[in-house]
Amino acid sequence: MKKILTTLLGFSLLCAAPVFSQPDSSAWLKRTASDTSKSQLNMDAVYNRPFLQAGKTPVAVGGYVETKAEYLRTDGISEGFGFQMQRTTLFLSSSLHRKIKFLTEIEFEEGTREINIEFASLDLQFDPLFNLRSGIVMNPIGAFNQNHDGPKWEFNDRPIAATQLLPATFSNVGMGVWGKHARRGWVFAYEAYLTNGFDDRIIANGENKTFLPAAKPNPARFEESFNGVPLFTGKIAVRNRRWGEIGFSTMQGVYNKFEEDGLRLDQKRAVRAWAIDFNATLPKLGTTLNGEWAWVSVDVPETYSQQFGDRQRGGFLDIVQPVLKRKMLGFDNAVLNLSLRLEYVDWNLGKFRETKGNIADHIWAVVPAVSFRPTAQTVLRFNYRYLAQTDILGNPPALTGGFQVGVASYF
Amino acid sequence: MSTPLPYKLPIVLFALATLGACEKVLPPSPAENELLDGPVAGLSGEEHLQFLNGDIAFNDEVFTPETGLGPRFVATSCGSCHAGDGKGTPFTTLTRFGQTDSTGNQYLHLGAPQLQHRSIAGYLPEQLPPGATFTMLTPPANTGLGFLDFVEDADILAMADENDSDGDGISGVPNWVNLRGYVQPRTNAISINGKHIGRFGKKAGTYDLLQQTATAYNQDIGIASTYEPYDTYSGNEIDPEVTNQTVLDVVFYLRTLKTPLPRNMNDPDVAAGRQLFAQINCAACHRPELKTGESPIPALAHQTFYPYTDLLLHDMGEALDDGYTEGSATAAEWRTPPLWGLGLSPNSQGGRYFLLHDGRAGSIEEAILLHGGEAEASRNQYQSLSDGDKQKLLIFLENL
Repeated sequence: MKKILTTLLGFSLLCAAPVFSQPDSSAWLKRTASDTSKSQLNMDAVYNRPFLQAGKTPVAVGGYVETKAEYLRTDGISEGFGFQMQRTTLFLSSSLHRKIKFLTEIEFEEGTREINIEFASLDLQFDPLFNLRSGIVMNPIGAFNQNHDGPKWEFNDRPIAATQLLPATFSNVGMGVWGKHARRGWVFAYEAYLTNGFDDRIIANGENKTFLPAAKPNPARFEESFNGVPLFTGKIAVRNRRWGEIGFSTMQGVYNKFEEDGLRLDQKRAVRAWAIDFNATLPKLGTTLNGEWAWVSVDVPETYSQQFGDRQRGGFLDIVQPVLKRKMLGFDNAVLNLSLRLEYVDWNLGKFRETKGNIADHIWAVVPAVSFRPTAQTVLRFNYRYLAQTDILGNPPALTGGFQVGVASYF
Repeated sequence: MSTPLPYKLPIVLFALATLGACEKVLPPSPAENELLDGPVAGLSGEEHLQFLNGDIAFNDEVFTPETGLGPRFVATSCGSCHAGDGKGTPFTTLTRFGQTDSTGNQYLHLGAPQLQHRSIAGYLPEQLPPGATFTMLTPPANTGLGFLDFVEDADILAMADENDSDGDGISGVPNWVNLRGYVQPRTNAISINGKHIGRFGKKAGTYDLLQQTATAYNQDIGIASTYEPYDTYSGNEIDPEVTNQTVLDVVFYLRTLKTPLPRNMNDPDVAAGRQLFAQINCAACHRPELKTGESPIPALAHQTFYPYTDLLLHDMGEALDDGYTEGSATAAEWRTPPLWGLGLSPNSQGGRYFLLHDGRAGSIEEAILLHGGEAEASRNQYQSLSDGDKQKLLIFLENL
């Protein structure tokens, strides 16, 4: 225990070190502050990031880094203490014209184990209510997929429902339109895209369950559609300056290869997802609530195993309470937060054909957290994570608990 | 101006207190006797490595159409049928069909002996041929299989009493089976007319754990190996979809899974139940103690263990006669299932019991009451016990 304690504290200091030792680049680089006004929506997150701009060049760069150390134990067995370079992400944006913008986001996960272009799109504005977006777009299902930068969150891990039920971060090549309209404290927005989409790995994967993220490792989806049927993703969102934002989104497509060389192989099998997301800050208390709930429906062949569910649901709720906003540890506007995440996913809704008993296959987690923000763009996080995972049969759950300490920061 | 100490101190103290509380808030291990998985004691480092390789292949490897699943199959992985190495449920029940007597299976050309009732997209699952007799078999627990594997044939035969020469109404016969080409007879194996004693499977139709593993890969998951190189759709020989090493790792894993540990053996009710178990002659078939002979795995050689089985076939009466035979086992004959770990069955069966060969019994008592044939006398004696004694017997069985 002493060893773990020492290592955790040591790691915390290491994480904090770059914050203190970073040279001041303000002499030649201009930092474009992110817009913190209350008219920003989740859909704006892609551009609403701190960028650095050299002089008056039309190009701005930015990025963030996210890393953690953790000690987890499942049913009394631990793999020990480990460090993880979760991701390094680079942004590059360019304004070709006041109505033509380009932005790309390149992510390196776990070192270079996974390298993804998460976003690379050209936006052409014809009217604030009608913008054309083309390239690699983030499918706007739920809110997390659009607004996922590590430094924005008080927890070291991404929400299970957002990353394993919905496949955040999920981006595909395609095109579509979006628009916004603001009026008297309200902002209305919509997005609609057609992109390449899923493949049959969502019901044929090593997870042994219907798993939308199983389609993500297929790099061919950036080259061609798996089945020739575009995936539709659409979202509408409303934000009120006082009450917060609520969004409704859906994703509809076909995941299987039903035809090859003109020969019929199978019927078209649908994959559908719906999500509702919201975020609000309670007046006076300053408590932030941020949540998302999603439903997934997949047309699994009748002859296939019920191991792969045809209906899934899940979501999360983050409650963040700032408890101290003042100069702390030499930072003028530091914030100390206490937070709690509650999350749940049911991978397989329904009953066994053989026994008529409920299919289980679900997970829930509770994550209390303390986070320290020396600046708005940097967060040091300390989480306790407790989760219970029940298998398809409903046997006693595997219990995992442990501590995570990490840092995430824009640069 | 630096932050005043009162603000730093609580943060540091909170962090230290939380870390110091690690042991209290991290999930503990379940008690050793509540678990069925884990290796036998006494394995070497090299053997532990092979055990872990087998564990991964058995519990973590999920097959997909890309890696060979099907086209027809029952389950997508070994672990799907044996959660936590325990008994399975009707969700992954196997259906065997087509053999009604000792002359062999008449439905081999129609996909017998095992039905693959699931299929990958684009293929049709297998249908039970009209008129074929069949039986349904829930997956057994894996624990302690290596000990059963190394019981000497002579010891099994010593428990047999084919003609009931002692007049206790219990005969007990081995299932004499033909060996698959890749199966090697054990040291000191006994054979009659080229047939050997089967000991695995609900009817003891399988000779050893290599045959069990290779046929399960093939008939349950649709995975061809050099041992069982058949496509479950066409029946044709195809290239292997799993390596020999993986099959052998899984065999080693199954051989070296520990035996279930009995619980609460000093409890007076459990002790009384044990006596009742012997008194009403359950132990005539559910033999408490067996011993292993020679074994290439030193930890398994010459060990005494407590499985509560005799590995023999017994006529269980009309109610359990499904009309399906296997090897020399008749339709009403079933191999005595080991009772060790019986009380832990709900931990792998979704919180309830699915007992007897097809899971039809929802409780231990129901399973007892469905005993007939050679076990009828014991069942009757159980029924004549007082409610208190019945309870003690059931408590004993739950703690095995």
